[in-house]
Amino acid sequence: MIKQISIFATNKPGQVVKAADALSNENIDIRAMCVADTQDFGIIRLIVNNTQKAKEALSKHKCIVSITNVVGIKIPDTPGSTKKALELLYANGINIDYMYAFVTKSKEYAYFVMRVENPEEAEKVLSEGDVEIITQEEIENI
Amino acid sequence: MHNYYNPEVETASREKLNQIQTKNLIEQVKHVYDNVPLYRERMDAKGVKPEDIKSLDDLKKLPFTSKQDLRDTYPYGMFAVPMEDVTRIHASSGTTGKQIVVGYTDGDMDIWNTCVARQLTAIGATKEDKVHVSYGYGLFTGGLGLHGGSHKIGCTTIPVSSGNTARQLTIMQDFGSTILGSTPSYAMYLGESAERAGIDTSKLPLKAGIFGAEPWTEEMRQSIEKSLNIKAYDIYGLTEICGPGVAFECTEQNGMHVNEDHFIIEIIDPETGENLPDGEKGEIVFSSITKKAFPLLRFRTKDIGVITHEKCACGRTFVRMSKPLGRVDDMLIVRGVNLFPSQIEAVLLKENHSPNYQIIVDRNGSLDSFEVDIEMNEEHFSDKPSDIIKMEKSLENKFKSALGIKPKVNLVSPDTIPRSEGKAVRVVDKRKVYSNK
Repeated sequence: MIKQISIFATNKPGQVVKAADALSNENIDIRAMCVADTQDFGIIRLIVNNTQKAKEALSKHKCIVSITNVVGIKIPDTPGSTKKALELLYANGINIDYMYAFVTKSKEYAYFVMRVENPEEAEKVLSEGDVEIITQEEIENI
Repeated sequence: MHNYYNPEVETASREKLNQIQTKNLIEQVKHVYDNVPLYRERMDAKGVKPEDIKSLDDLKKLPFTSKQDLRDTYPYGMFAVPMEDVTRIHASSGTTGKQIVVGYTDGDMDIWNTCVARQLTAIGATKEDKVHVSYGYGLFTGGLGLHGGSHKIGCTTIPVSSGNTARQLTIMQDFGSTILGSTPSYAMYLGESAERAGIDTSKLPLKAGIFGAEPWTEEMRQSIEKSLNIKAYDIYGLTEICGPGVAFECTEQNGMHVNEDHFIIEIIDPETGENLPDGEKGEIVFSSITKKAFPLLRFRTKDIGVITHEKCACGRTFVRMSKPLGRVDDMLIVRGVNLFPSQIEAVLLKENHSPNYQIIVDRNGSLDSFEVDIEMNEEHFSDKPSDIIKMEKSLENKFKSALGIKPKVNLVSPDTIPRSEGKAVRVVDKRKVYSNK
């Protein structure tokens, strides 16, 4: 299971910059980022190398922040791998609230972050189906 | 148990009260006409002579007095007796402009003290009580006003004045204060401080408090009653008319009784100046009909309120006024509905939302748009957009039931509501129609 930071952002220019600025000042690395938006507001979701430090830095900049447990998986960067993982969840009736993908310097793997109702259950289903789960420690040290 | 200080007046029939008011009004109009140049000029300009005032109905023939009139005649221009008869001076704080100076004769002081004594008696005070006065002493009417009323009854008066919270709590415990007088915000602070200091307020002899001099909500009342373990009562007054005690709450806690033998209250339409009936929201206007040194006719308070002549269970016949619902200057008319920022604030406080908000009113075609931006706080933030939208909708419905019209609610990031000189801008009215207001 990995920790994701979510930031509440009004739909106004400068909101993402403000968050990025808070993190860069504290030398925090962003592993993955995704911005969800509705008509009036957005939610910036981040995976970083030091969640606690990032939360403090953001709070200091008066950002509204919450930490959510999400499931991270690592799959071979080959056709069909994503499908396999998603089918496992579908077969077990697990609904995905949202997900996003990222790659790293290594070309062999792709990473996914997904939010589900019950992350423990999702991790169990995935790992039993031979999908590699990433841990918080791993994400911090990529 | 009915606690009256002047039972014959406080429970007099409406007919009797009319007689008292008519007699006092007639005398007062003559007094101001003879002694205050501004009133003589205004009445002459309207073609009204003192002898034209024969009944309470004739009150509406008289000119209004505004805060600006008092500034223009600063410091002593509205005084109606020679300075040798003035035995006390008070002044308003002047936070919204030049300060206002008011004077009292010995007789005026007695009227004022009596009005406050009625308040104290109404909530059960007797000579046995120890009245802890945490209002500031000085030119401000709060401290010395409550002090005088307490003294008049013969309560043990503890003139603590404001500030030094630790000392206030020590005095409360050691001296055994039974009745507290302070601003409501200070009472809240005292309650919080007592809790932090580990003081069990249910063990204190403190039983009631009289709070006024600033706007407060029903939610604040509940919070004060809980934290200090007392009954919290509202008192209304304004320096220009007398100070605290112009109107007071009884144990029914259902509106404030106006001391009608000394003050006449009117509710007017702030635009037209016409009198409004019981139950209709409008500007509160006061005339002081017995005070001699600084008598005002039809003073426009700029407070918005409602009155009722319905019988109160306490047996008093004095008309009751609501807590001020807002300021005339703050009143917004949206889609024909009168509303005040204070109403928005009350909803937010109740729903545990941030009090940092902004009302944005605009006009699209012939229709008013009405939006409320509210700063999100961490407690309410969910990572799921659908939860946030649900929260916005729920707030919209809460506002609809409190205001009568539904705004669009937008939860926004902290610090995105503009502040000018440290004070948040609560209302942005982009409609051009009311540009002269």
